[in-house]
Amino acid sequence: MADAAAPPSEAFRLSMLIYDSRYRSTTIQIVVLILFLLGFFWLANNAVQNLAALGKPINFGFLSQTSGYDINQTLIEYDSTYSHGRATMVGLLNTLLVAFMGCVTATLIGLVGGVLRLSNNWLVSRLVTLYVEIFRNVPVLLWIIVCMLSITSTLPGPRAFRGDDPEASMILFGNVAATNRGIYVPQPFFESGLGSAGMNFLVMAAVIIAGIFFVRWNNKRAGEIQVQTGDRPNTFWVNFAAMTVPFIVLMFVMGLSFERPELRGFNFKGGMQIQAPLIGVWLGLSLYTGTYIVEIVRSGILSVSKGQSEAAAALGIRPGLTMSLVILPQALRVIIPQLISQYLNLTKNSSLGVAVGYADLVATLGTTTLNQSGREMETILLLMAIYLTISLTISGVMNWYNRSVQLVGR
Amino acid sequence: MKRSIFACAAVALTMTGGALAAQTLDAVKERGELNCGITEGTLGFSARDANGVHQGFDVEFCRALAVAIFNDADAVNYVELSSANRFTALTAGNADVLYRTTTWTLTRDVDLKTNFVGVNYYDGQAFMVPAELGVSSALELDGATVCIEVGTTTELNLADYFRANGMEYQPLPVGGTTEAKALFEEGACDVYTTDGSALAGVKASFPDPSAYVILPEVASKEPLGPAVRHGDEQWADVVRWVQNALIEAEEYDITSENAAQLAESGSIPAVNRILGVEGGLGEMLGLENDFALNMITKVGNYGEIFARTIGESTPIGLPRGLNALYTEGGIQYAPPFR
Ligand SMILES: N[C@@H](CCC(=O)N[C@@H](CS)C(=O)NCC(=O)O)C(=O)O
Repeated sequence: MADAAAPPSEAFRLSMLIYDSRYRSTTIQIVVLILFLLGFFWLANNAVQNLAALGKPINFGFLSQTSGYDINQTLIEYDSTYSHGRATMVGLLNTLLVAFMGCVTATLIGLVGGVLRLSNNWLVSRLVTLYVEIFRNVPVLLWIIVCMLSITSTLPGPRAFRGDDPEASMILFGNVAATNRGIYVPQPFFESGLGSAGMNFLVMAAVIIAGIFFVRWNNKRAGEIQVQTGDRPNTFWVNFAAMTVPFIVLMFVMGLSFERPELRGFNFKGGMQIQAPLIGVWLGLSLYTGTYIVEIVRSGILSVSKGQSEAAAALGIRPGLTMSLVILPQALRVIIPQLISQYLNLTKNSSLGVAVGYADLVATLGTTTLNQSGREMETILLLMAIYLTISLTISGVMNWYNRSVQLVGR
Repeated sequence: MKRSIFACAAVALTMTGGALAAQTLDAVKERGELNCGITEGTLGFSARDANGVHQGFDVEFCRALAVAIFNDADAVNYVELSSANRFTALTAGNADVLYRTTTWTLTRDVDLKTNFVGVNYYDGQAFMVPAELGVSSALELDGATVCIEVGTTTELNLADYFRANGMEYQPLPVGGTTEAKALFEEGACDVYTTDGSALAGVKASFPDPSAYVILPEVASKEPLGPAVRHGDEQWADVVRWVQNALIEAEEYDITSENAAQLAESGSIPAVNRILGVEGGLGEMLGLENDFALNMITKVGNYGEIFARTIGESTPIGLPRGLNALYTEGGIQYAPPFR
């Protein structure tokens, strides 16, 4: 440590950037950064120049041109007269839809599976282990294809439902048709709605939120009474009624009915169709990612020291409550950061849906638009930018949530 | 297989401009073989047979072009391309030419920077359905689920056709013929639509072809032809005149059997020019003067290729129809060899 004690009077010389250990690592980092940027610019510049030489300079104008193709699953209004930009939006929404459905299902599978895997019941814990090992060790693309095939080659086609003595019939009291093109379920609609879909939605949301506020107020009141008298009044039935009765009345007023799917011509019409590709991708992604979440939940639970559950048991808390009130809240600290990366994986893996004809971002922007417009570079850049944005948003939101559930250090 | 699109884009990102601007003909000669872009499997046009050898109408054109350059029909490296990645593969230089049931359209010609140098098969989009549906016209297809291959003109024509006729449909997009066929056989879609000629091949490949019908309506014009990159006129000329030679050979009854004999006797001037006996036309193209003689001897003229691969005596059984010579009621017509 003679170095540190020496007076810093020595004048700065250029050679110190290399020979002086105080500066060397910074120098190296700056040089590497410059080389990296130069390399990147060289590649980008090369691409731009080559495209220009081919007569195809970078140009995003195609996004506003008519797409000319149809998409089978559209959450927003779309047909072949809309633009490529609109088709991209349709694909983006489909990507987000399947990613959201997948994340929810995978989390449920993971929570249940993770708890069961630690079960004392030998059979249950082995079955979960078997599930984890089978699904985790086969590429997700294959699971997506298997899930799709299990629909297209085992369920009957719409044709089988036809005739006086059909080979197949609708299930759940004739309400649901499971075909090889997807599952058709009754679609709710309002006979005397409030003008527009947005209005209906707003009023429903308002009723639910009002219910939630009432429940909070009621619980608070019960708490105060408990403090004053030592007896907590039963709140369950009042809360339950507050949440359900106004909503049911509202449904009644708006004339909630269901449109049943019916076989007309080649396909079922009416009702809501959950298409085979969506089911295939959703199941494939959920089952695959679910295995990782099982392991994450298991490790999270194991990370909570045994003393915690013993203490809970000593206080006479039942095992189920110990899990939900004592163990899981502490385990979340460990679980959430790992969940983030699984959600990101699932969202990115949804791009494999194109293999079974799911109309996601890669299928619309990355395949059909790319081909019909011939703008490879532009579409790929756009795809990358969109996926990057989605991923950063997910991790931003999850990190914020993570911070809010972390134990606060004292 | 979709991944290859990204791979191609990555290639395009880093490719060096020089290699592409260079004369393709010289590059091919130096390489010693032709990179010929074909389909991943369309029976009759380009598909592997039981021995894994590429066979078909388009494959014969690849072979003819290889004979024209190397006098060797086997100097071909077949590059199997999906509908979706073919143009990227061509622009990125992975293929020198596409003989890949590719429709000549304005966008592809102008905006995709592809040059179409002729039409080797005049086609139109058709619809195939299982016979048991009892459908006899495409106008009865309202509400059907339709299998289509992505990145094709088929996708766009389909949207137009159903729209124009006020019908609805559910598209089921797939990446290639193999997948489309499987989904169609399972009944995941009611209708399979693509170029009529390819549909005939798909139909012939089913265990029981009579269980399917191709509907009479033709939904579009699909002039299929060889495509090359923009900006290399010499190479475009070579590919163009290889095809013209094959068509004109049929017109003058030059066949694989009599070509050598006709060249020797040298009595008909037009035939002499095609076969390189006079005129020195081959050298103008940067080829040998007898390139057409070799091609016709080794591969046959347009009519022979057609009859051998997709004609009425094959399982595909396509009639000449529009693809007959203009002298026989069709529209195949080659500019003169002079
Ligand atoms: N002619 C149309 C369609 C060409 C096309 O791709 N046809 C399909 C259906 S026959 C094909 O060749 N598929 C073979 C494969 O899967 O590689 C076009 O140029 O867009």
